[in-house]
Amino acid sequence: MNMTTALARLLIFPGLLFAIPAAWFILWVERKAVALMQGRIGPPFMQPFFDFIKLLGKDTPPRDGIGGMLMKAWPLIAVSAAAGAVGLLPVLPSSGGFEGDLILLLALLEVPSMCIIAAGFSSRSIFGEIGSAREAVLSVSYNIVFLLAILSIAASQHTFSLETLAQLPASPLRWLGVLALLVCLPAKLHLNPFSLPNAEQEIYSGPMTEYAGPELAMWELSHGLEWVAATGLVATLAAPHVAFGWLAIFIFVAFSFGIVLLLSVVASATARLAIDTTVRFYWQVTLIFAVLAISSALLVRFRS
Amino acid sequence: MNLWNKLMCYSRRRSPWLFHMNGGSCNGCDIELIASLTPRYDAEQLGVRLEGSPRHADILCITGPITRNAVGAIKTVYDQVCGPKAVVAIGSCPATTNVFIESRTLDGPLNRHIPVDVFVPGCPPRPDAIILGVAKAAEILAERASKKLPVAPVVMPLIGEGCGGACACSGSGGSCDSASKEVQA
Repeated sequence: MNMTTALARLLIFPGLLFAIPAAWFILWVERKAVALMQGRIGPPFMQPFFDFIKLLGKDTPPRDGIGGMLMKAWPLIAVSAAAGAVGLLPVLPSSGGFEGDLILLLALLEVPSMCIIAAGFSSRSIFGEIGSAREAVLSVSYNIVFLLAILSIAASQHTFSLETLAQLPASPLRWLGVLALLVCLPAKLHLNPFSLPNAEQEIYSGPMTEYAGPELAMWELSHGLEWVAATGLVATLAAPHVAFGWLAIFIFVAFSFGIVLLLSVVASATARLAIDTTVRFYWQVTLIFAVLAISSALLVRFRS
Repeated sequence: MNLWNKLMCYSRRRSPWLFHMNGGSCNGCDIELIASLTPRYDAEQLGVRLEGSPRHADILCITGPITRNAVGAIKTVYDQVCGPKAVVAIGSCPATTNVFIESRTLDGPLNRHIPVDVFVPGCPPRPDAIILGVAKAAEILAERASKKLPVAPVVMPLIGEGCGGACACSGSGGSCDSASKEVQA
């Protein structure tokens, strides 16, 4: 992959030019699906765009010192990391990539949640600090399962390259891994059964409590980009591989859309769980399946 | 006005985020505000979102006759809402202190403390009236941000029959009606 294709992937497709409208679209689908599930009509199609523009035009409270600078920096870091993660997705066939880009993608996907933790603590708001503590506990609990699932997929097919993984035919073990990833996604995206960190009305807005205006707009954008990257990762692993460019894009978008619908419906049908129940769910229930997946992947590898 | 300002104006009108604050209300107006977000009225069609933090909000919705305890909190929260912002006084209480008038525990009405843009009369007002008031406030917000002019407070028309004896002030329905007439005058 040379410099030009790398830049094109980061900036055009599946990078920023594609990912930002896709992020707004996904945020709209999420709100619309919840509204339809509740028997409402829901927000108009352009709503996330209007929200974004409006937030850009709002004032921010004056902040000085290192804390203020950090508070301005965290949302920008989160947005750039999430955009980089989207740019790594191998949507177009034979678009390049390198051995180990799966690891880089996982690292970049983890950056926004770390930024959220840091942002809550640097805002010095008590609700922000509670939200950040919850986010930290949540990320410790789901990340073990998330990483084990990715490891089992990579171990069963002998590669850490996303491009190769997307091209290889799916084995039963990979479906187990994809299922484990899907179970982790609501926690990663702060959706309803696991919406502890930004528990609205309960701890105000969690880590985002003190954020206003353009900084909040950046947080919304990074949340949307996280959606695109996370659903895109699952779509890449689950979708059948085709050689035609347009068809590949269509299948990718259709799979992402299906995952978004599934997660939104689950989110609107469930209530928020308490922190101990969430940790117990990931460490006692889901972890068993993840350990089974990775051990069987390793066994298969030794036998072959 | 260039294109960006027009887009900004339009977006402000289409995406009012609310922060709801209780200034000693009987909860009648508060449940009507929540009712305006439910399936029957569905204020989200206008882009309305009830936010948890005043920092995120554009429109501050205040209910209740403003007790002495609430004044400090209301001023703090008003300062925490980032500009451009608008204030909607929901119900007859924040406009006139309603049946609690001349009570020594009150320090109302609301516009003695913070500038109010829209009064929504009623005891409690119907959800449709609240949605109408919020939409009006969003318009005022967009206008104010683009022209930098002070906008006079707007009193919304009374929709429905006021309390109809169903709210907490039943039995004193006469004063409900007189309060809303006072607001309208």
